[in-house]
Amino acid sequence: MPAAILLARAQFAFTMAFHILFPAISIGLASYLAVLEGLWLLSGRDTYLNLYKYWLKIFATVFGMGVVSGLVMSYQFGSNWSTFADRAGPIIGPLMAYEVLTAFFLEAGFLGIMLFGLTRVGRTLHYIATLAVAVGTLTSAFWILAANSWMQTPAGFGTNAAGQFIPLSWQQIIFNPSFPYRLVHMVLAAYLSTALVVGSVAAFHMLRRHDTPEVRRMFSMAMWMAALVAPLQIIAGDMHGLNTLEHQPAKILALEGHFESSPHGAPLILFGLPDQAAGRVRAAIEIPNLSSLILKHDLHAPLAGLNTIPRADWPPVPVIFWTFRIMVGLGFAILALGITSLVMRARGSLYSSRLLLRAALLMGPAGIVAVIAGWFTTEVGRQPFTIYHELRTLDSASPLAAPAVAASLAAFAVVYFTVFGAGAFYILRMMRAPPHAGESPTPEAVPQRSAGIVPRGLV
Amino acid sequence: MVADAALSYVWALIVALAVFAYIVMDGFDLGIGILFPLFRGEHERGTVMNTIAPVWDGNETWLILGGGGLMAAFPLAYAIIMPALYTPVIAMLLGLIFRGVAFEFRWRTQRGRRFWDGAFFAGSSLAACMQGVALGAILQGIHVEGRHYGGGWWDWLSPFSILTGLSLMAGYATLGASWIILKTEHELQQHAYRLALRCGLALVIGIAAVSLATPMLHSQYSDRWFAWPNVLLSAQVPLLVLIAAVLFFFALKHHWERAPFFLTLGLFTLSYVGLGISVFPFLVPATITIADAAAPASSQRFMLVGTVVLIPIIAAYTGHAYWVFRGKVGTEGYH
Repeated sequence: MPAAILLARAQFAFTMAFHILFPAISIGLASYLAVLEGLWLLSGRDTYLNLYKYWLKIFATVFGMGVVSGLVMSYQFGSNWSTFADRAGPIIGPLMAYEVLTAFFLEAGFLGIMLFGLTRVGRTLHYIATLAVAVGTLTSAFWILAANSWMQTPAGFGTNAAGQFIPLSWQQIIFNPSFPYRLVHMVLAAYLSTALVVGSVAAFHMLRRHDTPEVRRMFSMAMWMAALVAPLQIIAGDMHGLNTLEHQPAKILALEGHFESSPHGAPLILFGLPDQAAGRVRAAIEIPNLSSLILKHDLHAPLAGLNTIPRADWPPVPVIFWTFRIMVGLGFAILALGITSLVMRARGSLYSSRLLLRAALLMGPAGIVAVIAGWFTTEVGRQPFTIYHELRTLDSASPLAAPAVAASLAAFAVVYFTVFGAGAFYILRMMRAPPHAGESPTPEAVPQRSAGIVPRGLV
Repeated sequence: MVADAALSYVWALIVALAVFAYIVMDGFDLGIGILFPLFRGEHERGTVMNTIAPVWDGNETWLILGGGGLMAAFPLAYAIIMPALYTPVIAMLLGLIFRGVAFEFRWRTQRGRRFWDGAFFAGSSLAACMQGVALGAILQGIHVEGRHYGGGWWDWLSPFSILTGLSLMAGYATLGASWIILKTEHELQQHAYRLALRCGLALVIGIAAVSLATPMLHSQYSDRWFAWPNVLLSAQVPLLVLIAAVLFFFALKHHWERAPFFLTLGLFTLSYVGLGISVFPFLVPATITIADAAAPASSQRFMLVGTVVLIPIIAAYTGHAYWVFRGKVGTEGYH
């Protein structure tokens, strides 16, 4: 693969991995804020209002970073992947345009009121603004995952003389075969990641004996989310996997490490060292027949291996073999946390079990790491295509010289580490202060600030 | 098909309007970033930041619509222009990142505030300059081979593109200064009047220089402007620019509060119309027309439905957000 294309891929992966964090957390936090304000309006209890204001200022910062990092994504299609943009633009373009029209403007239009308007517009209109922002984040996920899923499992299109993909049925394009699964999996992941962050912050303050009603309330809410959503997410993930096996078998075979066919039932490889060149997994630790049970729901179902697929169409096996294991491992760790919280809750020691509090503290980043690992799995697993079986990555790039791409990659790396490093530092500092009674939405005598911003082009 | 051809022109108009909405709305807040170091002390800086805080991200959404709309409606033009403008586009994005996070970050730190104020200035200036450079680079022509950009990664850099970059900075700064006149009072407002005068002079010089240089780039441009009988119509544009400029300085002299901002918008509108006169019907001057680059009608029609329904709604609630935060800004904030 030419250096310029490798560099362009590295740039996309780098900017994407940073960007995905912000939408994942802002989807979760926006819904959480809507719940908190709703509970406050219903119950009139200040605990909820204090929590709302506490998380609002963190949301504003996360949202701001999501906007600017998303802006980069939306221009990168043209700058680094211009052939893709030319050929797939007639299909991907309108989906992204709808994301801007239905989601970004909604968020941007109401975020200013949400952040600065509580005393200006009254409670009802303010709550409408909060709901509008939450709906906006979910709408954004809808469109961007439709676009991404179409690249994974394209449907409803034809091609014209210029080689462009042209839409034949928008219904089939949007509701392409992998879209419902991916959407559910991603939204649950966003909720779970946010719950773990909230739970971690709460656990941190409980362990430091800042045991206020606000801290208890958010810890309890976070642990309910972990206990209820983690099992749902595992089921959703399994269904997403079966769907992928049907439409992108090479991806599943690669992430399972199945180079060879297994006519009498495939083993589940727990760990091993995949060797792409040799076409086998070294030092594999495996459980017989379990993979067939998971993928086919039958212990003895035969499973064709990667060796039935031309090598030129194999994704990079070692990468997704590992990222997949990281994601699944973290998923089960989150499930364990959720179950532990239920046990402690039943015993009446939800707020006093130091084991649970320490585990919740440690698991704070688990959801976010799982999201990044999951995106690497699905995106690297789509290789060597940008549009599965239709357009190769090699044929998608811009006619750019490697030094141009290398220079911009270096610039992105420096800027992202500076800017988002500082952002992470400020967010952690806000989290270090516990939520308390009479919470102000801003730490200092801060005037109104950003109406947050905009996009969260995941793709 | 006649209907499909008309559809492409409708889309060209929509994309042009989205880009213009962006220039108008983000222009004044980028302009405030450009002028930021000239405001002294936390009182002035906090206040001018407050005048744009609730609206700036909505303003930037139009940039995404402009870029996204171009990709969706004219993918070929998008695929040629973006690689041609690789360096200015990336530099603009990096500038927007710095200034965007500065809105949040400067309130989160005492020690680092000077750094983020610097980032707000530098990021705004870089983004504004690169947008102007991009415009100049498109006007001076892009080397196209087949369906691809065929030039190198420094082709965009020329005296002309630097001129357009600096002129746009002057324009945004004028918008920013006259926005502050509109939104503040007392010494800060007086300060903004003085800034608006200087920036306005730079803007008028910039408009004149770019207007004289553009027709020399291509015979297409000079024919469009000077050939008989086009000149009867095209000559109205510089005439109106002259009138708007005179009114602008008159308004500053008499300390009118609203007129400077709207007259600057008038100058932007006239310049944009002038731009349209030069390039129409091309998207990439002299090579790719609106019709050449148009996406299939099924794509354009699908988007048109949403656009026609949603843009008025967006305009309504964006207008509402501006209305909520109307009037003069204090240093106190609103919660």
